[in-house]
Amino acid sequence: MTAAVEQRAASSTGSDWLKSRTVKRFIRHRLAITGVIMISLITFMCVVGPWLLPYNMLEIHIRDRFTPPLTGDYLFGTDEMGRDLAARLFMAGRISLMVGVAAMLLSTLIGTVIGLVAGYFGKVTGTLLMRLTDSFLCFPQVFLLLTLAAFLQPNAFMITLIIAATSWMEVARIVSAEIRSLRERDFVTAAKISGASHTWIMFRELLPNTVGPIIVAATLTVAKAILLEAYVSFLGYGIQPPLPSWGNMLNNAQQFLDTAPWLAIVPGVAITAAVTSFNFIGDGLRDALDARSDMP
Amino acid sequence: MLRFTLYRLGHSVLLLFLVSLIGYTILHLAPGGPLSQYALSPGMSQAELNQIAERMGLNRPIPIQYLDWLSSFLVGDWGESFRDGRAVLSVISGHLFATILLVLSSSVISIGLGTLVGVLGATRRYSAWDYLATVGAMIALSIPTFWFGLVAIYVFALRLDWFPSGNMYSIGDESFLDYVHHLVMPSLVLALVNVAIWSRYMRSSMLDVIGQDFVRTAKAKGVSGRRVLYGHVIRNALIPMITLAGIQLPMLLSGALVTETVFTWPGIGRLFLDSLGYNDYPVIMGVLMFTAIFVLLGNLIADILVAIADPRVRLE
Repeated sequence: MTAAVEQRAASSTGSDWLKSRTVKRFIRHRLAITGVIMISLITFMCVVGPWLLPYNMLEIHIRDRFTPPLTGDYLFGTDEMGRDLAARLFMAGRISLMVGVAAMLLSTLIGTVIGLVAGYFGKVTGTLLMRLTDSFLCFPQVFLLLTLAAFLQPNAFMITLIIAATSWMEVARIVSAEIRSLRERDFVTAAKISGASHTWIMFRELLPNTVGPIIVAATLTVAKAILLEAYVSFLGYGIQPPLPSWGNMLNNAQQFLDTAPWLAIVPGVAITAAVTSFNFIGDGLRDALDARSDMP
Repeated sequence: MLRFTLYRLGHSVLLLFLVSLIGYTILHLAPGGPLSQYALSPGMSQAELNQIAERMGLNRPIPIQYLDWLSSFLVGDWGESFRDGRAVLSVISGHLFATILLVLSSSVISIGLGTLVGVLGATRRYSAWDYLATVGAMIALSIPTFWFGLVAIYVFALRLDWFPSGNMYSIGDESFLDYVHHLVMPSLVLALVNVAIWSRYMRSSMLDVIGQDFVRTAKAKGVSGRRVLYGHVIRNALIPMITLAGIQLPMLLSGALVTETVFTWPGIGRLFLDSLGYNDYPVIMGVLMFTAIFVLLGNLIADILVAIADPRVRLE
């Protein structure tokens, strides 16, 4: 391995990584830790919550329609069909978080590969790929998402695919910029002289050096993906009922806004809390991975 | 300057070409492809469809078809709406005013408020105010625009009854004040995210400028703190913000779509959503391409403005 890789590796994945500066900086970052605690709690509630509640998300109690929160057995009240809002919220959280994380993984993969190839080969291939990235960025993402969703059968899997297909551009830009600045460094030349293939240099020499920025971008992408799923589902083109998602729970909340505001407030707070946690964590990671932040 | 403008223009034309390729690909993704214009209309037999395909030249090689589509697209022939048979471009221009009104007023709010918060954050760095603004901006970034709109409607329209809950004007009263009254909530809701982004970038742009030599020189010459701030720092810190305004355009339009939906605002976003409901593919495609070109032009103008404001950019 090369010196640059070793340097980076020592600071993040060395044997005593808990004592490494990066980890220390992250733990000291109060917002980031708040984010970690918040998202852990949310995830825990979504995984375990449905088992602890007296009702499941599909049970209809027509007499208990529009029960306000904290009444009887209903933690967050009930909706227009008398279904337990808490049970729906936690099940929706499973879907929304899963779509968010899966879309992040896929879009980061696409973005990283495109950025790697564009940054490494430069010249015609690189320019063309980056211009293609730029032109995708010209389309407002919600418009593009809705168009694709209207053409395809919207279900959780498809929504994940099209969110990923429309949010890889930022990662691609970040990676290609990083690679372009690393490409001419000595360790790449050394690898070339020793006969390494393009694939080896791209994935084994260059990629490990861009892990930091990719992780930061990926964390922020989860936040964005959860928001996008909420937008598209709210507008009726995302996850389809009866499968609940945080977005589609808000879909018909607007018409009951006057009589049952909790139907709108509860899922919205859940989305905001989840997205805020990922944004906090992303911010903390950015500061932690940036050695300059050690300076006063 | 001319060379720079021409270079940027060439870049934009290349991007427009790529945007059109993406648009053409999506058009072919639509159920029925370009024939979708007719395939969904009732009482259309397969034989008739074949005839139309022949007439539209769909049996020709794909590159020829693309060039044909592109040339009619460039002269403004974007097809006809399924719903009323009107030309797509005239349907879009009918909804343009409402969106531009919303986007402009919300931009004025976000630029004004964002600049203020950013400047205060940079001049009182690491103060309680700065910390509050940082955390506040990150939470504001995480709030779904449509949900913020719903909460605003609940509080300010349903409970307090200060503002109307939607539409652009009251029927029977189309005075200027009535427009403004309807505009307040949607533009504030749309501005929230952009205030957050703008204030963050303004803060770091200010800090970049404060650390530069010419600021120290000005201070050393004895220029008062206030004049350094207004005359040197803020003026220079605003230059990169022009680029940011261009970059933020797609997000602003996405936000406008959601805001228009919540506030039943008759703009491009509502038109787009209505067209989705009717499977009105020509209009869907038209709006998608329109927004992309709008963004492309916005970025071109931003680039040129930055070059005018900062001559150093032209040399790169």
